Amino acid sequence: MLLRILQRTGVLLASLLASSVLVFAFMAVLPGDPARVALGVNASDEAVAELRTQFGLDRPLIEQYLSWVGGLLRFDLGESYVSRAAIGPQIADRLQVSLWLVVTAMVIALVVAVPFGTVMAVRHRHVSGLLLSALSQVGVAIPAFLAGILLITVFAVKLGWLPANGWTPPNQDPVQFVRQLILPALSLAIVQAAVLTRYVRSSVLDVQREDYIRTARAKGRSSMAALRHHGLRNAGVPVVTVLALQLATLLIGAVVVERVFVIPGLGSLLLDAVSNRDLIMVQDVVMILVIAVLFVNFLVDLLYVAIDPRLRAGAR
Amino acid sequence: MKLTRLAATGAALCLLASACSAGSSSTPGASSGGGSAGDDTKLSVGLVAEPASLDFTTTDGAAIPQALLYNVYETLVKVDQQGEVVPSLAKKWTVSDDRKTYTFDLVDNATFSNGQKFTAKDAAFSINRVKKDWTISLKSAMDVVSDAKAVSDTQLEVTLAKPSNNWLYKMTTRVGAMMSESAVDKLATEPVGTGPFTLEKWTRGDSIALKGNDKYWGEKPFFQDVTLKYFKDATALNNALLTSTIDVIGTVQAPESLAQFEGNDKFEVIEGTTNGEVLLSFNNSKAPLNDKRVRQAVRHAIDHKALLETCWAGRGELIGSMVPPTDPWYEDLTGLYPYDKAKAKALLQESGKASTPLRLRIPSLPYAVSCGQVVKSQLEQAGFTVKLDQLEFPAAWLTTVFKDADYDMSIISHVEPRDIGAIFGDPKYYTRYDNKDVQSALAAADEAPEDQQVELMKKAARTVSEDAAGDFLFLLPNLIVAEKGITGLPKNAISESFDLTGLKRS
Repeated sequence: MLLRILQRTGVLLASLLASSVLVFAFMAVLPGDPARVALGVNASDEAVAELRTQFGLDRPLIEQYLSWVGGLLRFDLGESYVSRAAIGPQIADRLQVSLWLVVTAMVIALVVAVPFGTVMAVRHRHVSGLLLSALSQVGVAIPAFLAGILLITVFAVKLGWLPANGWTPPNQDPVQFVRQLILPALSLAIVQAAVLTRYVRSSVLDVQREDYIRTARAKGRSSMAALRHHGLRNAGVPVVTVLALQLATLLIGAVVVERVFVIPGLGSLLLDAVSNRDLIMVQDVVMILVIAVLFVNFLVDLLYVAIDPRLRAGAR
Repeated sequence: MKLTRLAATGAALCLLASACSAGSSSTPGASSGGGSAGDDTKLSVGLVAEPASLDFTTTDGAAIPQALLYNVYETLVKVDQQGEVVPSLAKKWTVSDDRKTYTFDLVDNATFSNGQKFTAKDAAFSINRVKKDWTISLKSAMDVVSDAKAVSDTQLEVTLAKPSNNWLYKMTTRVGAMMSESAVDKLATEPVGTGPFTLEKWTRGDSIALKGNDKYWGEKPFFQDVTLKYFKDATALNNALLTSTIDVIGTVQAPESLAQFEGNDKFEVIEGTTNGEVLLSFNNSKAPLNDKRVRQAVRHAIDHKALLETCWAGRGELIGSMVPPTDPWYEDLTGLYPYDKAKAKALLQESGKASTPLRLRIPSLPYAVSCGQVVKSQLEQAGFTVKLDQLEFPAAWLTTVFKDADYDMSIISHVEPRDIGAIFGDPKYYTRYDNKDVQSALAAADEAPEDQQVELMKKAARTVSEDAAGDFLFLLPNLIVAEKGITGLPKNAISESFDLTGLKRS
């Protein structure tokens, strides 16, 4: 048991180390100079050189890397080259915004995907199942931002029911917060629901073929009841895996939806930082994302044990 | 199992509680509601480029003075819609006979937003500080100042090393911003000025909220609650106006979308000029563009009217030099190089450089991407070989084109007012244009008595155009869309500021 924990921790640390080296190396080789971007089109070479020294960019790369990692270990994320403000609070704030957006979208997606996917699986040889399957294909094909633009045009511009864009913090105006969250969350949810539905369908189909379902049916349960009582939890395992992966990628991947809906999220922060060569900001955001992915995977591991009785310790 | 569930629920609730303030990161502390349509003294303006920091002494970019100049910070003199220098914090001024000493009489009732009185000492401090502590290159506008000192609380004396006509004009731009000695340590987040607005809240990535300064010394502006909202996406900007989230679009990024507002009674479209000359820049020091005939051929090969129609929906003015119509020395030089494909072909053949490929390296900006393709095809029709590639702006373009001059042609809009000197008068600039006649004309225009300045500047501008040091594709239009009833919006964008002080709702 102890060995497993140590192994897990070792893998975790190795992943973090490798990620930090990789992202630092990428940013180091990317052409473009943060000092020059900060000083703009009118900069003289002397001013740029001076600012580079101020930023510490003329130090050897190893020293810059160690200084950055040292800061991370002290929970000091450093200062942005662009705004000269502390990076930590900016990331924390944007991360919260992204979490609200992405978690809401995934919850909606899950609520839609589970029943629909199950129905599609159970009726996969009927017309209704095939129709739903085709619908989910369309859902997977639509880009989230296109869905967003369509939703804005219909519900905000033409009907005026919901705001077209913007973000209000929940503690400032809860009603406006919810109103502004609906359309962007839906745009993301449409695609995610379509993707998840297909996973639910294939996973439920697999479970349907299991022996214990056959036994339950032999004992008198209907198809749906057998599934509900015995199979659904086991079907949840691959779905939860995908859910976790999608959630982690969406934190940054929602950037285009953020642009369309003018939401100050993590994806926009990263994109702007790359564009401005705000090196430390990019490195910090990527590391936060790596940590988020590792954390989500860890949670998923726990969830597996909760969902699938076959995976519990002591099970045979 | 129960414990895990409990722990999980507890963790989730904690996260939820802390995430309730998501998106409210702000400087400084006061909270506010984002201004929006409906309330009479509230105004919401949609803009496109967000300031990276609020400190324009160390961070370049037009976005910062656009928000803060004349609104939060004031200058001794302002520029009006006719391009004339008019009093602001300085009631009047006199110039010595040798034109090297300016004496300003300042207003006596101005205060900074932190309560401190504005005196000539602050003015002297602000001017002297530019050379010492500013790092952006625009600070060179104050290089000609040898000293600024306060003669009394309301009288300031500025001595120049030599007479300079440009200096007073530059004092209307961001380098002339008056700052308080006690408030320069937090410029990036807490600007303190004498202006009619103060910064209430800056939500990074979203908006800047300005509040009316109740201690303002002059006439209070109509709108006391102004929010500048920043949109990266042009459609989102349009939708925000259509759904009344904002009242004004300050800078239209997609001119082809104006049609939906022009037919609509609820809105008013304002079209004027800016200082943004869209320059097809040439690398004048490298072959083949170091050959004047090739440069002339390029200029003749471009049908500017068709180009403007195609790539910027016909909005904007055609210019024949680096001077916008709002400058005193403007003259229409579009006749110097009219569209003449045959002449272009002949000149190109004569130069013998027809087969040398020209690298047109454009930044990833909307007007450049739009117009780059048109320029390429027009040039190819005249026999040129053009390789078009796009460089990420700002980082890649600044390094490759601007610093290393690793290009033949590029397309970029130069938005600073009166920038012909910086662009064509400095051989080290990325245009690598070294013409002693132009340089001496510009220097002479600066030092000469005022009545000669106009003639000398005209001469410099004409020489630059005749020598085909670059091609002037068009002048970016000032496009504003506002709800009907809002008055005072500037037709021509002459200053660096989006001046909120004159806006009213009728």
